[in-house]
Amino acid sequence: MSDEHGLHLLRQMLRIRRFEERCVELYSRSAIRGFLHLAIGEEACAVGVTEALAPDDAVVATYREHGHALARGISMREIMAELEGKLEGSSKGRGGSMHIFDAVARFYGGNAIVGGGIPLAVGLALADHLQGRRRITACFFGDGAVAEGEFHESMNLAALWHLPVLFCCENNLYAMGTALERAQSETDLSLKAASYRVPSWNVDGMDVVAVEEAARRAGEVVRDGGGPHFLELRTYRFRAHSMYDPDRYRDKAEIERWKERDPIPALTADLGAAGILAEGDLDRLEKEVEAEVDDAVAFADAGTDEDVSDLERYVMSEPRPGAT
Amino acid sequence: MGDFTMPSLGADMEEGTVNQWLVKPGDEVHRGDIVAVVETEKSTIEIEVFENGVVDELVVEEGETVPVGTVIARLTSETTAATVHSPVLRHLAEQLHVDLSSVTGSGVGGTVTRADVERAGAARVEGAPPGTRPVPQRRGQRHRKAAERATGRTRSSPYARRLASQLGIDVAAVQGSGPGGSVVEADVRRAAAEPAGTGGPMAASVEAAGEVAASSQVGDKQAAMRQAVGALMARSKREIPHYYLSTTIDVAAAVTWLERANLERPVTSRLVLPALLVKATARAVAKVPEMNGFFVDDEFRPSAAVHVGVAISLRSGGVIAPAIHDVDTLALDDLMRALRDLVVRARSGVLRSSEMSDPTITVTNLGELGVESVFGVIYPPQVALVGFGQVGDRVVARDGMVGVRPCLTATLSADHRASDGHRGGRFLAEIDRLLQEPETL
Amino acid sequence: MSAATTPTTAITYREAMREAIREALVRDERVFLMGEDVGRYGGCYAVSLGLLEEFGPERIRDTPLSESAFVGAGIGAALGGMRPIVEIMTVNFSMLALDQIVNNAAALLYMSGGQFNVPLVIRMTTGAGRQVAAQHSHSLEAWYAHVPGLRVLSPATIDDARRMLWPSVCDPDPVIIFEHGQLYNARGELTEDPVTDITSAAIRRRGEDVTIVAFGGTLGPALEASEQLAAQGIEAEVIDLRSLRPLDSETFLASVGRTHRAVVVDEGWRTGSVSAEVAARITEEAFYDLDAPVTRVCSAEVPMPYAKHLEEAALPQPDKVVAAVRQLGG
Repeated sequence: MSDEHGLHLLRQMLRIRRFEERCVELYSRSAIRGFLHLAIGEEACAVGVTEALAPDDAVVATYREHGHALARGISMREIMAELEGKLEGSSKGRGGSMHIFDAVARFYGGNAIVGGGIPLAVGLALADHLQGRRRITACFFGDGAVAEGEFHESMNLAALWHLPVLFCCENNLYAMGTALERAQSETDLSLKAASYRVPSWNVDGMDVVAVEEAARRAGEVVRDGGGPHFLELRTYRFRAHSMYDPDRYRDKAEIERWKERDPIPALTADLGAAGILAEGDLDRLEKEVEAEVDDAVAFADAGTDEDVSDLERYVMSEPRPGAT
Repeated sequence: MGDFTMPSLGADMEEGTVNQWLVKPGDEVHRGDIVAVVETEKSTIEIEVFENGVVDELVVEEGETVPVGTVIARLTSETTAATVHSPVLRHLAEQLHVDLSSVTGSGVGGTVTRADVERAGAARVEGAPPGTRPVPQRRGQRHRKAAERATGRTRSSPYARRLASQLGIDVAAVQGSGPGGSVVEADVRRAAAEPAGTGGPMAASVEAAGEVAASSQVGDKQAAMRQAVGALMARSKREIPHYYLSTTIDVAAAVTWLERANLERPVTSRLVLPALLVKATARAVAKVPEMNGFFVDDEFRPSAAVHVGVAISLRSGGVIAPAIHDVDTLALDDLMRALRDLVVRARSGVLRSSEMSDPTITVTNLGELGVESVFGVIYPPQVALVGFGQVGDRVVARDGMVGVRPCLTATLSADHRASDGHRGGRFLAEIDRLLQEPETL
Repeated sequence: MSAATTPTTAITYREAMREAIREALVRDERVFLMGEDVGRYGGCYAVSLGLLEEFGPERIRDTPLSESAFVGAGIGAALGGMRPIVEIMTVNFSMLALDQIVNNAAALLYMSGGQFNVPLVIRMTTGAGRQVAAQHSHSLEAWYAHVPGLRVLSPATIDDARRMLWPSVCDPDPVIIFEHGQLYNARGELTEDPVTDITSAAIRRRGEDVTIVAFGGTLGPALEASEQLAAQGIEAEVIDLRSLRPLDSETFLASVGRTHRAVVVDEGWRTGSVSAEVAARITEEAFYDLDAPVTRVCSAEVPMPYAKHLEEAALPQPDKVVAAVRQLGG
């Protein structure tokens, strides 16, 4: 790993962490409303996988997708403006926190029905297959989705048709408040994928380098026509499921144990030990990130409200020149 | 005889308070009469008796609360016989303003029957001033009256109200024939077409006759129809100076052509002679326009369109002559279809108002009944009526030869104010000529 | 215009639909057909019979029984630049894909602020009348017509079966086409008129006395009723809605403006049905044209029974339409 790349990984995770921490603040002062799901603690999954993707690959994510969107290169300004429901937001204020989309980044949401995004990923991969393009689709979902029929149907379909999907299961051990062992008869999720003859790997989701390496290796096989692959990224969210969640279903000690494996200090230490991160580098990085977050909030705060007369825009497509 | 007890008005009612007595000892009560107001934990309820009799004693005083089943009054059976009347009878009596207690019963055991009430009502009417005679109501009216009682307003469709307002009609004064007795478009249009005072087009009364025939109850229908037709025909004879012409027409060409034409047609769409006759009449109008139109406001107004009224006798009695529109330009097959359709609908009572109001000339064909010739009465405000009699073989001399040919007698009744015998003769001759060239019809 | 207008011999609704799919496959290489038994089997209702041989398994794709996955995959493929035609065997099974249709296909364009349209066509068989009982006889068009973001079509004629698919494939948004199972064997000739839109209602019969609004499987009974009514002197105007979303109100409102009476015939259950929507719009927008209350003839509110006489009793039949019209009077 190059020095530069190591710093890049750290910067990306810091951007996500600081962005989401600011979201909590904004939520508390009512600038952000609705459901707000934070991925604090899970940053390595989004960053590691995204790093392994090519620019024209596709990403399908969940409602806990700020990190994936930021890692994928969608502007922090647009994401924050979306969270504040502004016209300048990535979905013009129509989506909010759970529905970040970006056509240029080929970022297909922002899907808030658990498991609902998985068939989309299969379809995107089918389109690539039919058009003979060497692209892959990375599909994120949580351990909760593995209980849904859509997961199983999609896994089967992708394997049956040998489609280029990289399934990335962020197993944070809780489907909202239901612990994995209370929801699954088989808690080793990679076995489920394997039952569809989909090659599957367990990965430490708190180690961004490990995640990136696994995603890169699996992704290359997928891109080369090796059919879908499944990554179980074992991770943990440090905060509650959403802002409304009193978090009564897990042990505080458990949370503290996982915090010891926080991916950001872990990478910081590794980079320091390797001499990549010099004295004062982290402070500088933090300041840059803080400045970006400040800028994004300022941009969102200064954003405009969509004209109510445009309420019904984008229900159906508008005629576009040259469209068929 | 009976004890009157505190009724149970619900499974959960245990006791009741007599708030008010509506009867006193000595009062005669009948089954169904409200005799007291009782208060329960849930509500205040009027209670009724279930037998006839005379109140003997009120056992429970007003304000007293007693359990369900407690005797609250005693009744005796000292009541006059035959004063128990069914709700239907009471309703009828009320309608006819008949005092039931004054009616002598002719039924079993001296009970009052429907006929008794009606007789009493009729007797009452004879002495009443004109215009107050209670007429039997049509069903729709009764419904409407009920609805009015319930809502305090006339039920009418939104469109009828809009139309009424446009035409300056008071919708409350219109009799409804729609669902539930509501006033609908047709009612408003009829009201608008009704002659205001004098001199309105008599077509309205024809229409009224049709309407009566179409929708009234069987019992009243025949009389009403007879009456309407009678009034119309009397007026026609009174006002229209009729003249009559007659001619015999050789229909061999027509009959032969029909036979050939029908070879190609399925049974259901075969042509019949009356269709040719109607068509020939309509076409002849082009030559003699004085036969086609209306005589209104002391002048004849010819009509550009030819709508032929076809006299149709109704099984229930009476005759109506609804129009087939634009017969002069109608293809024969279409005319045939229209003719069949019209007969079916006329007899099942589903004619459109336009068909009733706008024939410009009428054709009557009594040939099927064996009638040789018919001299009809003109339907005002039309000015002509063409009659066709039976087709029969007759000995005909032509070009010095004698032969047997199928013939019929065509007659014309025409209004002398619009035309004279010369023009009438031309008209019949034209019909004859056209029938000799059936392929052109 | 297209090859379709040339045949003069009568074809079935099934053949018309097959020709329409073939046309789409030929005209646009992005088009493919996907669904349960569309390939080797030839389609549950034999609509796609022969297409596998002609276009190969990549474009005529048999799927496992995974409605949610293959409908979702259709949405994804549409997002990825394809023009999928997804066949759901019957509307009854579409409920297994309801999440994908309602939460994704219908909502993606809006949720993404106009970035991602879904040019997907979903075809499905609908309706009862074949004694297949409660789980195979639904008419749930109204559910889909309820959802903004979808187009919902109901071709009731040979022409529409043949001609509504291509504009649907070209449409940038998801289109759901309901094919009534009773219509597949209907036979008729294509007219020469190649113009077919997917937004307007059609007047199938002119009349001045009453407006009968129908769609899909009820167009036949409505037309049959109108003939019976004509024999009784009542000329009904019969409107075929064709598109249930958007609903072409103008056509039926204009008709009611002329006839002042309306009967809506719908094979769906009365409560919350397409007929309810039509009736509501008439009362909202043509109230002062009405000479009688809007009346509806719908399916009985029962899960569809198996026994023939019970099923017949449950469905809108011509005589019920006739009775409904007669009851309006006039």
